[in-house]
Amino acid sequence: MKSLLSFISGVVFALGLGISGMTRPVKVIGFLDFAGRWDASLAFVMIGAIAVYSMAYWWIRTRPAPLLAEGFSVPQRTDIDRNLVVGAAVFGVGWGLGGFCPGPALTSLASGAMPVMVFVAAMAAGMYLQGLVARSNWWRILTRPQALPALRPVRDDS
Amino acid sequence: MTNFTPFASLAGGILIGLSAAAMLFFNGKIAGISGILAGVLRPVKSDTSWRLSFVGGLLAGGMLLRILLPQSFEFDILRPLGALAIAGLLVGAGTRLANGCTSGHGVCGVARLSVRSIVATAVFMATAAATVYVVDHLLGGSI
Repeated sequence: MKSLLSFISGVVFALGLGISGMTRPVKVIGFLDFAGRWDASLAFVMIGAIAVYSMAYWWIRTRPAPLLAEGFSVPQRTDIDRNLVVGAAVFGVGWGLGGFCPGPALTSLASGAMPVMVFVAAMAAGMYLQGLVARSNWWRILTRPQALPALRPVRDDS
Repeated sequence: MTNFTPFASLAGGILIGLSAAAMLFFNGKIAGISGILAGVLRPVKSDTSWRLSFVGGLLAGGMLLRILLPQSFEFDILRPLGALAIAGLLVGAGTRLANGCTSGHGVCGVARLSVRSIVATAVFMATAAATVYVVDHLLGGSI
């Protein structure tokens, strides 16, 4: 049942992306091109989605639990850390460069177009590489030198 | 370059909002595509089936669009393959590092008034617009 509802949500999400114009990089790049022929259409995607979701969110969160699960998995963090800012900046460069973000890219796989497949394969590789780097010791040492002692074997000097 | 389509875009946005609301109402999950995809690529615990179903739904929705609204996939101009490959890498790595993309931060997070998501959305909108400026105006789109 949970999976069926996820599937239906995915279908509706994809239809929303297609109808709104989000699956067309030319439209996305036009929206981001403030210095050229700015096409403001995609601002209305955010307005529509945020209006519906914010109302739904406040109502749903007054309920003790979701209908088909034990609890809500909603992020609780409020700290602004370097990963958030750097990651968002890197994502933005990729979005402006390619004109695809993850949802529209996955949906557009259905078109069978070669450039979409290249983008999605590279996106999956990027996700994998980020995980690989984040879990590697040298990256932890580079970004958090204060954690270095914890990674060294403890010596008994006595 | 493209026509102004406020009504279609608003209608599409409403569908996206409804889909994300259904995920929260029934499953208690945030409809963040990059996180859902990452969970499929690197399965954790028994938390994979709803993610797979959602991604399957996106693909099925894409097939429906192909039949009902083929203009959704009129790509007109696309960047060259090399640029798309670099863009894909950046989108994949950046969204994992920031724990979200346009859906998780831009729609769900902003609607929840999450400070992290509002900051992330401002940052990725700014760097995306700056990238388009550099690529299409400074470099003349010839990359």
